[in-house]
Amino acid sequence: MGVLGAAGSHLAVAKVSANQAVRIGAEPSTLARRLILGIIGGIFLIPVIAMIEFTFRNGLAGDYTTSHWTGLFSEDSARTYRGLYQAIENSLVLAAVTVGIVLVLLLPTMVLVHMQFPRLKRTLEFICIIPITVPAIVLVVGLAPVYSVVVHVLGGSTWTLAFAYGITVLPYAYRAIQSNLDAIPVKTLSEAASTLGAGWMTVLWKILLPNLRRGVLAASFISIAVVLGEFTIASLLNRRNLQTALLQVSQSDPWVAVIFALAALALAFILLLIIGRLGSATPSRRKS
Amino acid sequence: MTATFNLTGPTPTASPAPPTGATVQLSAVVKAFAGHTALNSIDLDVAPGELVALLGPSGCGKTTALRSISGLESIDSGRILIDGADVADTPTNKRDIGMVFQAYSLFPHMTVLENVEFGLKMRKVAAARRRERALETLDMVGLTKHRDRFAHQLSGGQQQRVALARALVTRPRVLLLDEPLSALDAKVRVQLREEIRRLQTELGITTVFVTHDQEEALAVADRVAVMRDGRIEQIGTPEELYATPANAFVADFVGLSNRMPAELLDGQVHLHGCTLNLLGDPMPDGPVIALVRPEDIALAADGIAGTVISSSFLGSLRRTRVRLDDGTVVAIQHEVELHPLPGASVSVRLKGTPVSALPPKPKK
Repeated sequence: MGVLGAAGSHLAVAKVSANQAVRIGAEPSTLARRLILGIIGGIFLIPVIAMIEFTFRNGLAGDYTTSHWTGLFSEDSARTYRGLYQAIENSLVLAAVTVGIVLVLLLPTMVLVHMQFPRLKRTLEFICIIPITVPAIVLVVGLAPVYSVVVHVLGGSTWTLAFAYGITVLPYAYRAIQSNLDAIPVKTLSEAASTLGAGWMTVLWKILLPNLRRGVLAASFISIAVVLGEFTIASLLNRRNLQTALLQVSQSDPWVAVIFALAALALAFILLLIIGRLGSATPSRRKS
Repeated sequence: MTATFNLTGPTPTASPAPPTGATVQLSAVVKAFAGHTALNSIDLDVAPGELVALLGPSGCGKTTALRSISGLESIDSGRILIDGADVADTPTNKRDIGMVFQAYSLFPHMTVLENVEFGLKMRKVAAARRRERALETLDMVGLTKHRDRFAHQLSGGQQQRVALARALVTRPRVLLLDEPLSALDAKVRVQLREEIRRLQTELGITTVFVTHDQEEALAVADRVAVMRDGRIEQIGTPEELYATPANAFVADFVGLSNRMPAELLDGQVHLHGCTLNLLGDPMPDGPVIALVRPEDIALAADGIAGTVISSSFLGSLRRTRVRLDDGTVVAIQHEVELHPLPGASVSVRLKGTPVSALPPKPKK
């Protein structure tokens, strides 16, 4: 899901700069475009449809029932799936803290490098891209001893996992913010603001942030999508989040697990749609 | 309108804004970037209410000088004084300056009015007063009806006008203009430079104007400082620079000059049988390239023979290019009534005005 999220943002970003890009070859015909979209859409859609179909199955009897869906709202199930709800809450907290890390740590760093230390841009980009090349399992091996310290200092609460997630979302968040930074004249705008009497914080808050809104929102939504879909790190570090809970539930009640998986998928889909809109809505405002 | 401004100047000091701007002094200012000396001991005095243009080719340090005054660039040594006070330790946002940039710099997420109000907001002027002042200033640049538009809905000229209003609304002590017209097309450029001059005179704001366009500098400035390689070659009124350039660089850079091979003898330029006085620093005797203004050459009944190459109508005058018999091509400015046709044989005469000279080009 995370990878899908990143691809979505790249598409949105590419649209913005398409005018300047050198066009290689001709545009495919409408038919070819629809065909490609249809095939890829089908490949994605088949498992989703299968999942939906599965949630209505009545065991192995071969007929259909809505009891798996209606059962979710009964008092019984509330007790049964308390762990799952707790896991959802954990994942949401993790998503929020991860977004916080991106906004508080990554964003100001990127703005600072962009304005004051442009020579460090390459280095920063390299550092931010690294996590995409490191498999989660390798990351965990490295993180395990770190987390033994983290647990010692901060306790074993779930939210501390956000430190690891903050690293895994770096490549996606970096791309989203950087493309926005490149699209606005950061230096001129902040210099103009400071000649008008604005201090550094005012420049960041009142001038740059509103113009980076698109990139910041995209980075946040992608981070949320990545965190909600994360399984490996949580599982190997013995934490409970949405995905590890889903796996556990699926062993006793596969229907409910699939229903929740569908819900998570729907949420991610909505986030991607919002990112897509952000990407396509702004260029008309920026044309001048 | 101006009176209202004077009474409510937002300068940090509580006293009302003075009728004229502040003094700006640069003394022995040095600034280097990675081995390249951008400012090589610059001295500059700008009087209150004066408009000084910094003119020079790209890379001469004019923009660096301006950015040093604004505080956007720190200096390596020397002093910058605004109203007599050293501003070395004053950050840009506390220098009480207004600046218009070459690149369009309006805040894209704010309307025209919000852009203009921004500086007043930073100075904590009350909302109602702020709006009133911003609208007054927008009125001065003739853009009140565009107050609710965004930057991308304005033309380049309108954007720079708003930027000017935004810089002026706080009634800054110093107005800094960094090639504000260079991104605009010719007609708008002339209109806007006249408007800048009008507003600057009306408000009496000390202004430093950076440009690489000599026509622009001569048209708007009280004084022009011609810069080269981080130094000021000459500073003076446009008339002084044009009539008595201190050296050949200034003569060549300011106004149009014909380059004509000549002989220098006893400090006088001998050119096509004429003896002309030499402007600027003395030079060793020998061959030189004389720099002769097009208006210092005339078409005449007899004189140096040549053939007309082309003749262009410039409205109030005509400029004709003539190839002299020695092969030199010269431009001559004359009245429109004379209309030499290309190919015609003509004679030209030097009017005898003093000229500048360059050392001859080394032979390859």
